Parts: sequence; structure tokens; C-alpha cells
Amino acid sequence: MSHPQIEIQLIAAIVAMACAIPGVFLVLRKMALISDAISHSILPGIVLGFFLTQDLNSPLLILLAAFTGVITVVLVEFIQKTGLVKEDTAIGLVFPALFSIGVILISKNANDVHLDVDAVLLGELAFAPFDRLMMNGTDLGPKSLWVMGSILLATIILLLLFFKELKISTFDAGLSSVLGISPVVMHYGLMSVSSITVVGAFDAVGAILVVALMIAPAATAYMLTEDLKKMILLSLLFGVLSAISGYWVANLLDASISGSIATTLGAIFLFVYLFAPKKGLISVLYRQKQQRVEVSLITLLLHLNRHEEESERHINHLQEHINWHAVRAKTVLDLAEKNNLVEIRNNIVLLTPKGLLFTEKSLQYILSNKDEKIEPMKEDFFLFRG
Amino acid sequence: MEQKIAVQIDDLTVAYNYKPVLWDIDLTVPEGVLMAIVGPNGAGKSTLIKTILGIIKPIAGSVSIYGEAYSKQRKLVAYVPQKGSVDWDFPTTALDVVMMGTYGSLGWIRRPGQKEKKIALEAMEKVGMLAYKARQISQLSGGQQQRVFLARALAQDASIYFMDEPLQGVDATTEIAIINILKELRKSGKTVIVVHHDLQTVPEYFDWVTFLNVKKIATGPVKEIFNDDNLTQTYGINYKVAVNK
Repeated sequence: MSHPQIEIQLIAAIVAMACAIPGVFLVLRKMALISDAISHSILPGIVLGFFLTQDLNSPLLILLAAFTGVITVVLVEFIQKTGLVKEDTAIGLVFPALFSIGVILISKNANDVHLDVDAVLLGELAFAPFDRLMMNGTDLGPKSLWVMGSILLATIILLLLFFKELKISTFDAGLSSVLGISPVVMHYGLMSVSSITVVGAFDAVGAILVVALMIAPAATAYMLTEDLKKMILLSLLFGVLSAISGYWVANLLDASISGSIATTLGAIFLFVYLFAPKKGLISVLYRQKQQRVEVSLITLLLHLNRHEEESERHINHLQEHINWHAVRAKTVLDLAEKNNLVEIRNNIVLLTPKGLLFTEKSLQYILSNKDEKIEPMKEDFFLFRG
Repeated sequence: MEQKIAVQIDDLTVAYNYKPVLWDIDLTVPEGVLMAIVGPNGAGKSTLIKTILGIIKPIAGSVSIYGEAYSKQRKLVAYVPQKGSVDWDFPTTALDVVMMGTYGSLGWIRRPGQKEKKIALEAMEKVGMLAYKARQISQLSGGQQQRVFLARALAQDASIYFMDEPLQGVDATTEIAIINILKELRKSGKTVIVVHHDLQTVPEYFDWVTFLNVKKIATGPVKEIFNDDNLTQTYGINYKVAVNK
């Protein structure tokens, strides 16, 4: 690996981590769309900042642009509060307005400087190592590494200091306010950090793909854990993982680095969405299928319990009487037999003592409709469960 | 003996977009009562609680808790919001939610430690939820979630408890368990103010009641003022007929 290659991966990984942390809270607050809005509406701030400083990595530019991001949030909330339009409409009104101001400013004034819409929207990570931070003639490394490193450090310090406050104001703003932990302060704090992160990251990954780095790792982590701390750690991990592997995909395909990173993020999310152990699509479908079988089993046993006459208990008649297809009847019967709930003599199905007990308990569950009755039952009887 | 006043509300008016939700409310809640706030949907019951607690700003009037503004008396107050007001898919455990009750006394930045954990565990034991402490909150039933909220309020260790429909969506057993805890709180001298929907149970559960429908209709001891007249005024229908139907 060459020196710039390592630097590019390092920048990508740091950008990913800096985005992942506020991203977790945006996802939990159902504000993913706000990050999209911020990422666009910072454009006029970037352009104005660039005219003033002539340097895309200047702290003044970052603060000015981040301020535009916070203004977006204020405007969206103001429009929403009038009650005339809903939040999504308000977002859709505000950010194109601000974004278009930025586009006009660029096209009117910035023809001869290094600032174009493409650069802002898509970023170019490959160029990041060329812009170096020099001090007294010593090369301290790429500027964007320093910028994003500082933003990441500040984000981590704020997260550690205000973890409790972020948690409660996200989960229960009402109680948070009652306890004196102002949800408004936390909200604007989070919006400011998000805006600063987006501005810092646009140079590397572009203003649009930064949204992927904020939302996708958090959404992926959300599928895998039920613990906020683990969700943050997993988001960081997914962010870094896709930053590094995205870089190598780009290298392999000779394609855009930021595009490859975002694609990797999408691929990881898709994989987790399908295969996550508890919340994943396949696991959910499997569970639903099991529940269907369980209900069928209880139906069968109740039927056997209620009917003494042999005609009702004959194996061939079960299909007819309970109105099941042959395959299903066989699955359910096999399952009942495997669990020693029934025995089959001369094609007549009989409940075993265990089957009788189970049926009685099922009845209790059905009558009381209480989950605590079925939980121990599952442990006692449903041997086919993992 | 002169009874202390827990909550005093004067000339309170609250409006959403200039549409009054609460209109000129005067209300005095004496210390040590278990009070129900009743009224039809849209009567402003939740709004009243939220305004007392400073979550909503009134356009006129004032609220005091033991004679002082709410912002000075935060530590005397516990709050149970409506269960539906939070996202129960939030990645956290029952114990963690109960611990949130201690955040107020911790203040900013300081983190909960062993002492706060102990308080939370004790509160969970009181509501019979200790066995579920490590469970993710989405895995709890509606009644269990309500108990977790109640435990969180107990962990706040307050003098006045405000609860927004704590009996909503709970089964009969949980309802009795919750009411018993509220009655115990009153016995130990606390003031409990509950937004309540089920009129049938008011005389059995509460000793104080406020009828509310944008304006205050009546407030006082259940024995004296829980009658058809006030019910009819509040709900705008002939209440006797509605109950006997």
C-alpha cells in the first residue's frame, strides 16, 4: 500500500465514524430525512464561506456552513408549527430553496475557482491527500484528516459527556423536560453536531453520500442489537468496515471511492436486513411459519380432545374436518407424534397423557389470553424450538 | 390543622395556534390527595398536566408547586407520560428506563452509578417487575410497560406524582396493582394526580376529583362532588342514562 492509499483509507474511516455517532440518534429520533436536508442546504454556507476564506477546510467555512444546516432545521420547524403543512412537506420546501441559492451563487461567481457543484455533491476522496497541512515547512498530513479528526474527537467527547442526556431526550422528551434536561437544547446540540459533521465530510465523500454514512450504519446496527451502547459501537464498526472495503472496491473497479463506500454500506445493510438473527427478514418469516405450525398443532389437539368418535379421529378425515391441505395435515401430525403428544393406532389418532395435559394448558392460554401462560408451555412442550 | 397546598393554578389559559385548549383554569390541589382528572376527549386533561410541568407554555396565568415556580421545584415532582408517547422499540432495557427516573437528581453530565441502580431495582421490585429488569422494552406487554413507567416515577422519589392515563391498556390485575401503589403513595403523604378515563372506578380508586372540559367544571372530594350534575355538565350528555345503558 502506498502512502496516499493509507491516508485515503484513514480519512474515509474517520469520516465514517464521525458520521455514525450522530447518525444513531438521528435514526432513533426518526429524523433521517433531516440529515438529507442539512446535507443539501449547507451549500450556500459553503459557497459564502469559500468566498471569504478561499479554503474548503477552513474552520470558519465549516462553522458558517454548519450554521446554514441549523437554520434549515429552524425553518423546517417554523413552517411545520404553522400547522399548514406536514413535516415532510416542510423539509421538501426548505432544502431545495437553500440549495438553489447555493447553486446560483456558484454559477454566478465561482466559474474561475476550484469549487463546482459536482465537487460539493460527490466529493473526491482521491484528491484529499494532496491538500496538506504545513506548519513551519513540516508536512503534518492531509488537512481533511485533521479537520475530520478534530470533529470526530469533539463528537466522541460530547457523546461521553452527554450520553445520558441524549438517551433520555431521545427516548422520552416529556420526562426529559420535566427533569430539567432540556430536550430543545439536546435537539439543537445534535443538529449542530450533525451539521458540522456533514460540512466536514462533504469535501471527502460529498454532501449527498454523507447521508449514507450517517443513516446506513445506524440502521444496520439497529437490526442487530437492543442496547444503545452496542448500537453505537456496531455503527462505528459498520462505518469503518464499509469505508475500508469500499475503498478497495473502488480500487478494483477503478470507480468513484465515495460511490463504492455508499454501495458497500447498502450491501451490508441488505445482508443484515435479510439475515439478522432476531429482526432479520428471514428470521421473521421463519418465526411466523413456526407460529402458524404451533397454532395448527393446538387446533389439532383441541379437535381431538373434543371429539370422542372415531370418524372424527381418522387420519384421512382430519384433512376434511379441520379443512387442511394434505401436506399441512401431515406436517402437523408428524410434529405432534414426534413430540409424543399423540399416537396413531390403525389410522386413528389418540391423545397421549402428555397430549392431554398440553391441550388443557393450551385451553387455559386461550381462555386467559395471557402471554405468561404460553411461555413456560413453549419450554415444556415445544421441543422443536431452538 | 391547616392543610398544605401542593399545586396552585391561577387563571391558566393554554392555546395551540391561538385556539384555547384550557380556558381560565383556577385549581387548588391540597397535599396528600389521590386525585383523578376526568373529562371527555379533547378536554385538555393531558395539556393541563403538561402545562403544570412546564412542558407546554401557557399564554396566561400561573402555576406554583408548594408556592414556588415549577422550575425551582423539579425535584419534588415525578411524571408518568402516556405510554404511547414514547417509542417502545428504543434499544434499551426495562432497568435502564427505570434508571432514567434518577437522572433529575443527578443533573447534567453526572452518570448514574451503583446508588442509582439500587434505587431503580427497589422501584422495580415495588411494581413487581424485578424479574423483567434485563428485558428489552419492546418485549414487555402493555401492562408491564405501564409498570415500568410507574417504577420510573417511583425512582424519582418525589412529593407530587403526575400520571397521564397510567391505567390505559392494562389488564385487571395490573390495574389493581397500580392503584394499590398509588394508594400507598397517598398514605405516605404524597400527592398523586392522575388523568383517568374510566368514570365507573373513580369513587373506588380516588378521594379527590377534578372535572375538566376546556374550563374547570368542579374540583373537590369525590364524596361531595362526584355526582350526575357535574358529570352531565362535563360530558354534555345526560350522564345517568349513559351509565345505565
